[in-house]
Amino acid sequence: MIGLSLYYKVMLGTALLGGMAGVAGTFAVLRKRSLVGDMLAHTALPGVCVAFMVLGTRSMIGLSVGALISGLIAIAMMTVVVRWTRTKEDAAIGIMLSTFFGLGIVLLTDIQHSEHTGNQSGLDSYIFGEPGNMLTSDLITLAAIAVVVLLLVFALFKEFKLVSFDSDFALSQGWPIAWLDYVMMAAVAVVTIVGLPIVGVILMAAMIILPAATARLWTNRLHTMVLLASMFGVAAGVLGTWLGRGLPAGPAIVLVAASIFYLSLLFAPQRGIVSRLWGESQLRIRIAREHMLRSLYEIVETQLPEIPPVKLATLQQYRHWRPWLLKWLLDRCEANELLYETDDAITLTPLGVRRAAEVTKTHRMWELYMLEYAGVAPRQADKAADHVEHMLPESLLLELETKLKEQGRLPTGLDALPESPHALAGDGEHGSSGGPR
Amino acid sequence: MSVPAVEIHDMTVAYQRRPVLWDIDLQVPEGKLVGIVGPNGAGKTTLIKAALGLTPLASGKVEIYGKPYNEQRHLVGYVPQRESVDWDFPVSVRDVVLMGTYGKLGWFRRPGKSERETADRCLEQVGMLPLAKRQIRQLSGGQQQRVFLARALAEDAQVYFLDEPFAGVDAATESAIVELMQTLRSDGKTVFVVHHDLQTVRDYFDHVILLNMRLIACGPVETTFTNDNLQKTYGGRLTILDEAAEAMRQGDSIR
Repeated sequence: MIGLSLYYKVMLGTALLGGMAGVAGTFAVLRKRSLVGDMLAHTALPGVCVAFMVLGTRSMIGLSVGALISGLIAIAMMTVVVRWTRTKEDAAIGIMLSTFFGLGIVLLTDIQHSEHTGNQSGLDSYIFGEPGNMLTSDLITLAAIAVVVLLLVFALFKEFKLVSFDSDFALSQGWPIAWLDYVMMAAVAVVTIVGLPIVGVILMAAMIILPAATARLWTNRLHTMVLLASMFGVAAGVLGTWLGRGLPAGPAIVLVAASIFYLSLLFAPQRGIVSRLWGESQLRIRIAREHMLRSLYEIVETQLPEIPPVKLATLQQYRHWRPWLLKWLLDRCEANELLYETDDAITLTPLGVRRAAEVTKTHRMWELYMLEYAGVAPRQADKAADHVEHMLPESLLLELETKLKEQGRLPTGLDALPESPHALAGDGEHGSSGGPR
Repeated sequence: MSVPAVEIHDMTVAYQRRPVLWDIDLQVPEGKLVGIVGPNGAGKTTLIKAALGLTPLASGKVEIYGKPYNEQRHLVGYVPQRESVDWDFPVSVRDVVLMGTYGKLGWFRRPGKSERETADRCLEQVGMLPLAKRQIRQLSGGQQQRVFLARALAEDAQVYFLDEPFAGVDAATESAIVELMQTLRSDGKTVFVVHHDLQTVRDYFDHVILLNMRLIACGPVETTFTNDNLQKTYGGRLTILDEAAEAMRQGDSIR
């Protein structure tokens, strides 16, 4: 490790920091305490300055202790303010954060102007972060703390999970939830404090929040979330150092972490914006397709098993369609061999008839159900069924079918369909005189 | 006569010095289904939370099978209100049910094969085994309630406290819960249920606790769930008690 060049030392250090920030941050985010990191980071600054004045050197451990003490004083003061006055927690956090940060800037300016002319202190790295100052001893401290945080989370994973999810239940089982909470928050605090000289007090909170929030988008399992969060943190550290040569390192690292977050927001499965939009448009297409098949079926229903061609104009009268959508749907169904198109008419194939019959059956079963059990008026049943039928899981359909069969509401036979309980749209010709076959 | 399953002595509970339960005294024998009934703000949930040690007592004590609650935690199972947790938390149905086994597992030990089997058995009992791998966000209200019940079953307790298990659940879940309570009773368990629907009290419970900031009555449904007692429970708030509580709160904050 001694042989590493400064550049790789910095990269290793930021990677370690990112990794442990992801792990600790996961619990802070899930416990809805992510602002604790922000508050601690900002309120640490006066402690750093005072520790420097007392010690006279820029040793990471010394300054970190100072930072921790002033952060804890701020948290204690905030708690007192919330407990004894009418100030709410968010306001109290804002007050403490700005007070301590302001004090810190004043002290910092004072140090730079008086004792160490020529800016020898290097303390301003605490504002925006400057990993270029990293010493081998700092690296060893970081590594040691990373190991402790990882061991802690590994050993107490089950306990942390329980307290984060349902602390009342944990308490009912006799777990010391206050202590477990303290330990979780202490891990966040320690990671925040050691990260200050690297990322800076202003942006350190982002290192706690971003990797964890990103990981949440990708998984629904806690252990995966912890792993992913630490990986995103490491990636932010390494890439930020690499891309940020010549830039202030803290902002570079945070911007990389933020980029990973925004990319995930767009592209993550299930929770990503793209996948949601895709899912929604798929559903809309399916609904439109089912409506079209049902319309075709109802138009030819009386003449089955003959399958006469349906004029495009008839279909357009039957239900309102956006022309481009209808065209596109017809083409797609033709490609799937459900129907074929001629100049101005459409003919269902036998496969198409079967699909259309299924769709129509689902619709009519729902209409029946709504009429008989939910007491929906006949005119409304069609619309109400329209709303639900496309979203239903198959299992529920089967249940409904069984129920209707038991009541003798369904005709028996393989392809039998219940009659439509209301007159079909279009004109009288399409009435339900044909019935099941 | 055998030891009562749950005994509460002179219990008073206060939130920020405002008393919400005054001087509760009651005993419930083993193997009963007990409905806790009273108007909104009567302290039903508080009674459960205080009995479970989740809310500190201003005075009094709670005994489970004749011993202080702290020594008997392993005999107690808890189903909190559904809204009390974040259902977007990244865990599966089975994960949640496994949490019921944590109390007996103790520090540092991970749930293993036998715990997973317990969890699956409990899921089966509430008809949720097919959904074991679901993320909990994808559950309906009734399904969430069943998961919580399964988690309590996994605690393998003698005394269960259920906080409004019937709130906002579908009819199928309601009857599943009732069935489950009856199974528990036939296994000699005692079940306390915070309940809102007066219509069903007679059908569901053996015992009833009528509560309105103080204990109105506690005993078998036939003799206790009477019009007279209901009148006392619901007939107008006890304004003097209310005002006394308010006075104590004011005395604290205005100096």
